[in-house]
Amino acid sequence: MTNKEWPLWEVFIRSKQGLSHKHFGSLRASDEKMAIENARDVYTRRSEGISIWVVESSNIVASDPSKADSLYDPSNSKVYRHPTFYDVPDGIEHM
Amino acid sequence: MSSRIRIFVVELLSQMKEQDISELERIFQEKIDQDIKIEPKDWMPDNYRKTLIRQISQHAHSEIVGMLPEGNWITRAPNLRRKAVLLAKVQDEAGHGLYLYSATETLGADREDTIDDLHSGKAKYSSIFNYPTLTWADMGAVGWLVDGAAIMNQVPLCRCSYGPYARAMVRVCKEESFHQRQGYEIMMTLMSGTIEQKEMAQDALNRFWWPSLMMFGPPDTDSKHTKQSMEWRIKRHTNDELRQMMVDFTVPQAEAIGLTIPDPDLKWNEEKGGYDYGEIDWDEFWNVVKGNGPCNKDRIDTRRKAKENGAWVREAANAHAEKRKDRKIA
Repeated sequence: MTNKEWPLWEVFIRSKQGLSHKHFGSLRASDEKMAIENARDVYTRRSEGISIWVVESSNIVASDPSKADSLYDPSNSKVYRHPTFYDVPDGIEHM
Repeated sequence: MSSRIRIFVVELLSQMKEQDISELERIFQEKIDQDIKIEPKDWMPDNYRKTLIRQISQHAHSEIVGMLPEGNWITRAPNLRRKAVLLAKVQDEAGHGLYLYSATETLGADREDTIDDLHSGKAKYSSIFNYPTLTWADMGAVGWLVDGAAIMNQVPLCRCSYGPYARAMVRVCKEESFHQRQGYEIMMTLMSGTIEQKEMAQDALNRFWWPSLMMFGPPDTDSKHTKQSMEWRIKRHTNDELRQMMVDFTVPQAEAIGLTIPDPDLKWNEEKGGYDYGEIDWDEFWNVVKGNGPCNKDRIDTRRKAKENGAWVREAANAHAEKRKDRKIA
């Protein structure tokens, strides 16, 4: 018999049709089936969801917040990617 | 390298490290001051992490132990509606405990260690749950006063500087507003009943009033964590500020249904726009915190037994998961 702690799972829930799944929190469960059932009991007691995703937390790869500056640096200088960068004369519509 | 040079290098490195840390601390406090949330992978001072682990795990334990005084009445609820409501409330508290244990895990705490600290007496939980629930009216008093006080504590925590804690609190507060209302409804129903029912409600208020005011913790003059916690924006109000709010909100609620607050010194103070209230028995508070309340031993024994008696279920679930994994591979 094993006495190890159940793995940690991250829970993502689609709250209604038309919206994407959103991170709700995490929980412990021994396998994926139990993770879904526990997610239902812990995070959807008031019909907050119509679809649940669970992912074992150890499978998530995350960026390092202390390296955020260099990671996002390439997009910082490219203001021309935003529509407000461009001049459009007064009176021009539908643009 | 000569030993003198080595010492010099070691000293230099440790100086650089100190500088780095003070710089990191400066950036951290700047974020806090600008109300930018701290997230799990961000750098944070060790003490901020420790303070949060202590506070969030205590909060989680309070939710879990808090199920016991009410669980006591589920089988004896006066009707099916009350029973369904009480079950839903206790189930919510289990959920709240789980949100909070996951929040401690984002800080690197081990969930099972945290729970074992509760069972060994190393970790504390809210003292209010060390009082017994003797009559059905206590379900009213607990919902109305204990959940009322908890909400007052938790609403400002929704703006706490640590992201996962703040998010958990938003969910908890949303769910808890029904807890307080159902408690008040029980009191209201009893107060429109027979003389015995009215006495039962008044007796429950008499027993729970002072312990509920103690829920906000020691007076500001004796609260050793308040100052730092406010600087870190973990806490937004002092214990005494919240306690005053609780008194001011609750007195009219009691009066509206004909209950009397058991405090001869309670008096409206026009100047401060709030009630003056009598002295709290802090000796009683510290005595219960130290483990000598009426139910401390019973609560911990119950939790410990629950963990021990559930061990075979957790092991069986692990074995089942292993077996399914093997089958999938094969």
